[in-house]
Amino acid sequence: MTTTTTATTTRPTVATVWLDGCSGCHMSLMDLDERLITLAGLVDILHSPVVDPKEFPQSVDVTLVEGAVSSEEDLHKANVIRAHSKFVIALGDCAVTGNVPAMRNYWDRSDLFDRAYVENAQEPPTAEERKAILPLTVVPPLRPRATPLHEVIKVDLYLPGCPPPADAIWFVLTEFLAGRVPNAMSVSRFGK
Amino acid sequence: MSAVTSTTQSITLTIDDKAISCRSGETILQVARENNIDIPTLCYLEGLTVWGGCRLCMVEIAASPKLHAACATECTEGMTVRTTSPRLKQYRKMIVEMLFAERNHVCSVCVSNGHCELQNMATKLEIDHVRFPYRFPRMEVDNSHDYMRLDQNRCILCARCVRVCGEIEGAHTKDVKGRGVLSAIIHDLDEPWGDSQTCTGCGKCVNVCPTGALTHRGTAVGEMTKKTEFLPYLTLMREVKL
Repeated sequence: MTTTTTATTTRPTVATVWLDGCSGCHMSLMDLDERLITLAGLVDILHSPVVDPKEFPQSVDVTLVEGAVSSEEDLHKANVIRAHSKFVIALGDCAVTGNVPAMRNYWDRSDLFDRAYVENAQEPPTAEERKAILPLTVVPPLRPRATPLHEVIKVDLYLPGCPPPADAIWFVLTEFLAGRVPNAMSVSRFGK
Repeated sequence: MSAVTSTTQSITLTIDDKAISCRSGETILQVARENNIDIPTLCYLEGLTVWGGCRLCMVEIAASPKLHAACATECTEGMTVRTTSPRLKQYRKMIVEMLFAERNHVCSVCVSNGHCELQNMATKLEIDHVRFPYRFPRMEVDNSHDYMRLDQNRCILCARCVRVCGEIEGAHTKDVKGRGVLSAIIHDLDEPWGDSQTCTGCGKCVNVCPTGALTHRGTAVGEMTKKTEFLPYLTLMREVKL
């Protein structure tokens, strides 16, 4: 057990973060299947939707970010990720292009809210009720536009795809662990 | 495909350090492709007149300070052409990135996902992200036709549809309105497609469209495939004198 602990301290550290996306990129990560066991032997996953710690760690070697930057909370997380990660990978089309979450950008935010919370309400709310209904408090406020990750922080590597195939994630991670910067476009593309 | 006449001269030129001979009147793009030299294009389609709009086929010609569109430049004797260089690669990437930033190309939910010339071009040019801020404009979708659809979100304004409609089908239902970023494909005098008196419903425009802008209705994500093989054949048949 002592040897394992010693080995752990020298292993590269990895974090994965889920911003405004469908979790499909993380599903693709799960699709590494038995390679997850190999991966667990190669790196320490310090932070992820699939591990316990809630706070982003002080220092991570590589962070994979799924999802567009849609809310003020996403923006805050993006800044924390950048400050605490040596290498940031935009994982999947939402992080790389905005993709589906950014399709709301064609409309003004208040029109979107009205469509979702007012027009479709069974009984039309009054102006006063409308204020109470709209998701402007408690939940993180939506930014005017959902944007790709690189519009708010520096991104070191882009892995497009909706989702990026498990083989592409494996290729990128193993290349990175071997000390090389992989060419992600050799293994993935925009869309499928 | 015009017949070789006595006025046709043989020309020799160099493309990418390769000595090549061709007939006078042939363009750099035609000769390059005949010799298996790949020059990327989006607006060019064999069988239609040259448009020269997408600028992806720009090449360097020795002793000329500017770049030249290979599709619209005829070969001349002794010409030295370079079809790829760091400068050309950089411009080609930039052009395709600007196409992505200009309208709303959401590959993952597009009917042409996996069969799209714009998507393939991005992969080919190794575009892993778009460096320009996306515009996210709100664009129209013309759903008025019984079995075809025009989605302006996905249009790159290559005008292949305009040319096939006018030149091959002879209907000239489609055209381009506006200028610059406000340009858009229209039907007749900017009327709904379904109301068009001139559209024959032949569907050639759908098949030559490189993206998911023109599609058959009732197709789901990734289901829209295009066929362009008919074009050179139809063009050839029009030129055959019986």
